[in-house]
Amino acid sequence: MSDKRLTFKKRLHIIKHHYRGKKMAPAFNALHTFLFTPDETTHSGSHVRAADDLKRTMNTVIMALVPVLLFSMFNAGYQYYAAIDAANGVIREVSVFGNFLTWDNFWIGIIKVLPLVVVSYGVGLLVEFIFAVIKGHEVEEGYLVTGMLVPLIVPIDTPLWMLAVSVVFGVVIGKEVFGGTGMNILNPALTIRAFLFFAYPTWMSGDKVWVHEAVERAGGPDAISGETILGYLAQNNASEYTYSLSDMFFGFIPGSVGETSTFLILIGGLFLIFSKIASWRIMLSAVIGALVMGLMFNGVVDQGWIGDTSKFYGLMSFPFWQHLIVGGLAFGIVYMATDPVTGAQTNRGKWFYGFFIGFLSVMIRVFNPAYPEGVFLAILLMNVFAPTIDHYVIRGNIKRRLKRLKNATVLPKDSEGEEKELQVETA
Amino acid sequence: MALLTKKDTNLILDPLTDNNPITIQVLGICSALAITAELKASVVMAIAVLFVMGLGNVVISLMRNIIPAKIKIIVQLIVVATLVIVVDQILKAFAYELSKTLSVFVGLIITNCIIMGRFEAFALANGPWRSFLDGIGNALGYAVILVIVGFIRELLGSGTLFGYAVLGDPIAKTGLYATGYENNGFMIIPPAALIVVGIIIWVQRTRNPALVEEN
Repeated sequence: MSDKRLTFKKRLHIIKHHYRGKKMAPAFNALHTFLFTPDETTHSGSHVRAADDLKRTMNTVIMALVPVLLFSMFNAGYQYYAAIDAANGVIREVSVFGNFLTWDNFWIGIIKVLPLVVVSYGVGLLVEFIFAVIKGHEVEEGYLVTGMLVPLIVPIDTPLWMLAVSVVFGVVIGKEVFGGTGMNILNPALTIRAFLFFAYPTWMSGDKVWVHEAVERAGGPDAISGETILGYLAQNNASEYTYSLSDMFFGFIPGSVGETSTFLILIGGLFLIFSKIASWRIMLSAVIGALVMGLMFNGVVDQGWIGDTSKFYGLMSFPFWQHLIVGGLAFGIVYMATDPVTGAQTNRGKWFYGFFIGFLSVMIRVFNPAYPEGVFLAILLMNVFAPTIDHYVIRGNIKRRLKRLKNATVLPKDSEGEEKELQVETA
Repeated sequence: MALLTKKDTNLILDPLTDNNPITIQVLGICSALAITAELKASVVMAIAVLFVMGLGNVVISLMRNIIPAKIKIIVQLIVVATLVIVVDQILKAFAYELSKTLSVFVGLIITNCIIMGRFEAFALANGPWRSFLDGIGNALGYAVILVIVGFIRELLGSGTLFGYAVLGDPIAKTGLYATGYENNGFMIIPPAALIVVGIIIWVQRTRNPALVEEN
C-alpha cells in the first residue's frame, strides 16, 4: 500500500507504534481511542466477552443526556424572548410548535449553550491528557459524562473562563489527586459546580443569572426578572410566578441550563434504568426521600406551627410532590446521584444513600435561603458517606450470615468436648 | 570558628524544606488555615511565632536541667503563655486593627503544636544556642508556608497584596477586572487554605520522592 492511500486512522496507528514506550505515547493512544475503535485485541487467555465497557457505559449516559441538551438550547432562547415580552407587559403562553421549537430560540441556544459544552470538554480533556502523559497511563474515558453534565448544571450566562477555571479545579482536585477515573470520592461534575458556587456566587445565584442577558439589562428600562420558582418561594413570593404545573413538568421555566425539563429527565432516567446503566434503587429511594421530607414540611404548615409570616413559609407550604419538578432535584437524582463510582455499591446501601439525597436536598432547600438549590450539596455530602454506608451494610451482612450459620450447624467440638466459637474476620 | 557550623546551618535550613513543620510534620495546621486569608495577617502571625519560638526554646533550654520531669508540660506552658501574652499586648498596643483580625489565634499560639513539639523534641535536650537556631528554623519553616498560602489566597481571593489593590479595582472595573476577571470567593474561606496547603505538599513530594511514606 503506498503512503498516499493510508487513511488517517492508519497514519495515527503508525504514529502510535512509532511512539510506543515514549513519553507522549498516552497522548497519541488517547487521540486514537477517542476517534476510532482501536484494532488491538487481546490474544491469549480466555475472556468473558461483554460489550458494555466503560466507553459504552459513558456513551449510554450521554445518549440519555442528548434530549435534555437539545431541549435546553431551545429553552435558553425561549426564556430570553419570554423575559423580553414580560418586560413589555406581555405574558407568554407556551406553545411547543408556535413559540418554543423555533430557529430564533435555537440560535440563542447555539451561541450560549454550545460554547459551554465546548469549553467544558476542551479544558477537561486537556487536563486528562496532561495527567495521562505525566502519569504514563492510557487516557481514561472518565471525562466523557462529566464534560456533558457540567454545561447542563450551570446558569446560562456563566463566563467561559470561570467555567474553565472550575473544570481544571474539579478534574484535578476532585478526581486526579485521588488517582483518576474510578478512584474519586466526589462526583467531579458536582465538585466543579460547588467550586463555581463558592468562588463566584454572584454568577451562580440570585434572580439575574438564569436568563440570557438578564444581568446586562438589570436596572434598565427593559429590566427583566429571571427568578427561578425556588427563588420566588424562598422569598415568600409564591403568588408572583405565573408558571403552570405543566410548565414546570415540561421545563418551560428558568433555571440552570439543562435541569428544567423533568419530562425529558424522566425519559432519560427510564432509558438508563432499562439499559441497566443507572440504579433504579437510588433513583426511587431519592424520590421517596424528597417526598417524605416534603410531606413533613407540609405537615408542619397544616398543623399551623408555622404561619405565613415565617421566612420558611413559602417553601414549606409548597406541595410536597412539586419539589420533584422544580429546580435541579430530578436532574441530580437521575444523572448525578446514580454515578456508580461515587455512589453506594451495595443494594441495601443504595436505598439509604438515595433516601438521604432526596431527604437532605429538600431540607437544604427549605432551611437555607442562601442555597435555594440544595441537591448538589446533598449529593456531595452523601458521596462522602457512601463508603461508610457500604461498610456497615457489609458488616451487617456478615453478622447476619454468621448468625444463620451458627443456628444451622452443629459446632465442632474441641479436644475437651467444649463447643468451639465460630470466628470470622470482620475488619 | 565560623558563627554557624554546618550542623547549625542545617538546624535552620531543614525545617524550611525537607522537615517543614506544616507540610511534612503536618503540625500547626489550625492557624495556617484560619488566618491566611490576608498576607499581612500571615506575616504578623509568622513574626509572632518566630518570637515565641526563638525565645521560648532558649528559655526552656536554659531551664532544661532544673525542670522536674513530672511538671515539664506545665512549665513549658507557662513559658509559652508568658511570651504569647507579651506578643498579644504588643499587637494590641501598636497594631490594634491587626490584632482584631488575628483575634483568638494569637492566644492560640500557646496550643500551636509546633512550639510544644520543638520544646519537647529539641530544647529539653540541647544547649541554648542550638535550641535558638532550631526554634528560628522551625518558625521560619512555618512562616514560609504561611506567606505562600497568604500570598495565593489574598491575590486570588481579594485581588490585593498587603491590602494594596494589585489587580485593579473590582468595583470600578479597572486593571484586570476590565477584562471580566473576578475575585475568587472560594479562596477567602478556610477550606481553600487546606487545598492550597495540600497542593504545596503534593508539589513538594513530587519533587522529592524520598518524602513519600511507604504504604
